[in-house]
Amino acid sequence: MENRRFLREIPFHLMLLPGILIVLVYNYIPMAGIVVAFKRFVPSKGMFGSPWIGWDNFQYLLNMPDIYQVLWNTIYISLMKIIAGVIAPVLFALLLNEARNRLVKRSVQTIVYFPHFLSWIILGGIFIDILSPSTGIVNHFLTWLGLEPIYFLGHNSWFPVTLVGSEVWKGFGYGSIVYLAALTGINPTLYEAAVMDGAGRWKQTLHVTLPGLIPMIMLMTILSLGNVLNAGFDQVFNLYSPQVYQSGDIIDTLVYRIGMQDAQYGVATAVGLFKSAVSFLFIGISYGLATRYSDYRIF
Amino acid sequence: MFRKATMGRKVFVISNYAILIGAALICLLPIINILAISFSSSSAVGSGRVQFWPVEFTLKSYAFVLEKPEFMTSFIIAVKRVLAGVPINMLLTILIAYPLSKEKQQFSWRGVYVWFFVITMLFSGGLIPWYLTIKATGLIDSFWALIIPGAVPIFNVILLLNFFRSLPKEIEEAAFMDGATQWKVLWKIFVPLSAPAIATLVLFCIVTHWNSWFEGLILMNDPSHYPLQSYLQTVIVNRDMSLATSTDWKALALVSDRTTKAAQVFVATVPVLCVYPFLQKYFTEGIVMGSVKG
Repeated sequence: MENRRFLREIPFHLMLLPGILIVLVYNYIPMAGIVVAFKRFVPSKGMFGSPWIGWDNFQYLLNMPDIYQVLWNTIYISLMKIIAGVIAPVLFALLLNEARNRLVKRSVQTIVYFPHFLSWIILGGIFIDILSPSTGIVNHFLTWLGLEPIYFLGHNSWFPVTLVGSEVWKGFGYGSIVYLAALTGINPTLYEAAVMDGAGRWKQTLHVTLPGLIPMIMLMTILSLGNVLNAGFDQVFNLYSPQVYQSGDIIDTLVYRIGMQDAQYGVATAVGLFKSAVSFLFIGISYGLATRYSDYRIF
Repeated sequence: MFRKATMGRKVFVISNYAILIGAALICLLPIINILAISFSSSSAVGSGRVQFWPVEFTLKSYAFVLEKPEFMTSFIIAVKRVLAGVPINMLLTILIAYPLSKEKQQFSWRGVYVWFFVITMLFSGGLIPWYLTIKATGLIDSFWALIIPGAVPIFNVILLLNFFRSLPKEIEEAAFMDGATQWKVLWKIFVPLSAPAIATLVLFCIVTHWNSWFEGLILMNDPSHYPLQSYLQTVIVNRDMSLATSTDWKALALVSDRTTKAAQVFVATVPVLCVYPFLQKYFTEGIVMGSVKG
């Protein structure tokens, strides 16, 4: 019996084999390679042969003057993005849901979903140009309004705002799709009942539509908590410059500079290990909450 | 519907359309501005006269960009990457999704394998061990470094396996009664029935491969091996002048840095624009399946 079952399942194992091998090599070996955080990396000896040095890399980290600022920047930027990244798509979905003209609706959707599919290289090129203090069209517009030009990408008080703003610009349309789907799922009899009770449009939105969206809002917020240490490497890396390190340097960009530019593999891996461990905790908690409070399942 | 509309309702409807169109314009105008710059003469751009329509229309910037050997080389590498990477991604996605879509009774090891893949979503070794592993497997500076390490897109596997699970069980059972093998059932029944889901994933894979820049940047030592987006990272965003040759400088005086950058940005956007209509047809459905992916 056992034997027959095994024979019957052999095709499944064979189908999985190529994928398993690639994931084993390129996902699991790097996981084991996290030991580099406790080593003095010697290129000739590799990840697993280099000598152990205990907590020295972490000691070095804790003494780095910028590390606390970087940690703060990361959390601050990502929390702002999480908050704005929920509010903007919800508002947009609510407004779009009120529009009745199909042509306008379709056209608006087609346009606002598009930026999601552009890379931060393309968007970096666009934003660096349009936000330039002297030549960019945004500052031309501000001066036309009689305002002072703003150095969006070069001023520490503006840089985080620009990050959050451009992230919302890129993602609010695409992010609204799940809420639009949730809106179509609201039972129409609820609206009929509300009308019977004398509720106007505004009351219907407040007492039927919003409560109908709450589960999806909760789910998306909870799931994004797993990203609390991901402030957006692609975006920051392509928009920042040394003059805004103070407000814009995040964990991932720091790891890149320590690791890939200064080749301090041990220290960079130690930062990476810290990030992975904290992220693991947050992802675990958020998945746990998501499965408990909604019918969310990854598989 | 305006029959009984109150004054307040009318004001709301009009301002709602104004806000929606405003939002669309905010998304569109930056792109149009760049497009206008790319088609304008450098003197018009330099004097700040270009807004949303080309001034002193010219194709010089495009001519300059398309004649630049580095640009064309990296463009071709990016095309090759899509052509090689997407089929490999899809083959592995299908081959993994099928066994994992089975019930525990049909595939007793399912749980073990599911965890094997889920763990990689929860924990990673970080940048440096990932880089060192790729280096140790000898892929640095090789085209395959852009394909093999990321060959298994786990989110896509989850989307597809959920789709497989939603297919009616009866067809599959009937095929097994007729003596079909698992392999046959996968390719003759599951794959054809999942065409919309597979089309969505193909489009997502195309965009992902086209947009990737980081691997190219750090896994290639030789800039002539960069795919387009990595190359653009060095010239547009990073403004790395070491890549600009002396002939570039002479030509740059004629076409200006801003117009060529704008032209390069736009050329790199064209392929995404080309797949976008197809993508849009499917992704609403895709993301609703995928909203469970997080």
